[in-house]
Amino acid sequence: MSDTIEEKIKNYRTAPFDARFPNTNQTRNCYQNYLDYHRCNKALSAKDQDTAPCDWYQRVYKSLCPNSWVQKWDDQLEGGSFAGKI
Amino acid sequence: MAFPSQLGFQDAASPVMEELLTFHDHALMIVFMISALIGYFIIAMVTANLSDMYILDSQEIEIIWTVLPAVVLILIALPSLRILYLMDEVNDPHLTIKAMGHQWYWSYEYTDYENLEFDSYMIPTQDLAPGQFRLLEADHRLIVPAESPIRVLVSAEDVLHSWAVPALGVKMDAVPGRLNQTAFIASRPGVVYGQCSEICGANHSFMPIVVEAVPLQQFEDWSALMIQDA
Repeated sequence: MSDTIEEKIKNYRTAPFDARFPNTNQTRNCYQNYLDYHRCNKALSAKDQDTAPCDWYQRVYKSLCPNSWVQKWDDQLEGGSFAGKI
Repeated sequence: MAFPSQLGFQDAASPVMEELLTFHDHALMIVFMISALIGYFIIAMVTANLSDMYILDSQEIEIIWTVLPAVVLILIALPSLRILYLMDEVNDPHLTIKAMGHQWYWSYEYTDYENLEFDSYMIPTQDLAPGQFRLLEADHRLIVPAESPIRVLVSAEDVLHSWAVPALGVKMDAVPGRLNQTAFIASRPGVVYGQCSEICGANHSFMPIVVEAVPLQQFEDWSALMIQDA
């Protein structure tokens, strides 16, 4: 399972079509992948597992999310004021 | 690009725009034919010296001039819907670019691999080189690989803007806090221009968009250079 994820990350070109977000408004797509990356990190580190599979979500949110949004959310996470549930 | 006393659309630089051009030709031809027919009727009636006093019910012609317009409307609707669904197809982009609208410039981010971002300001008229286009040129162009499906995510950092490039058949509103997706394929290498299409303050007319499609190898060389210089 992790081999295929590694393959996918290695052959990453750009964020693929996500059927959960088929329409013009991709705001949620960006936000959801940002959340998923941090949740994945938190979950896997809690179980002392390798967090490499979480890199997929990071690649996707880095592709989709404007840098200013990522910067703002990262600052909020650091400061403890991030509104999303991680 | 646009030129003085232009009547029609700019030449298409993407497959979608080609379809839109053909559809427009089709719909406009129907419009001209109907106008010519009506124009003939008007002139014929106005210039006739005789009049028919016995025009009463006429079932046949009533049917004809109800059914025929319905058929014409269908002939317009079918190609229109075809293009609508074509534009809505699931595409598999090779590259994602973010276009962020600011007062009064665009910034572009290529973050699929490295983090490449830069601002694109209009070149002021007094700084134009001979041959450059007034109010359309920008200091940094959006370089894209030709013949590749590109996804553009449009947003804004302050007020509403709109990212439009007519030759590519693309227009997408830039809304703060929202990420709007559009896509295009540049059919061939070349430079195409657009302008901000949503009123955004004093310099709304002075934040153009310039897209330069280049062969893939050139795109890769350019992006490597840009990242190095950053």
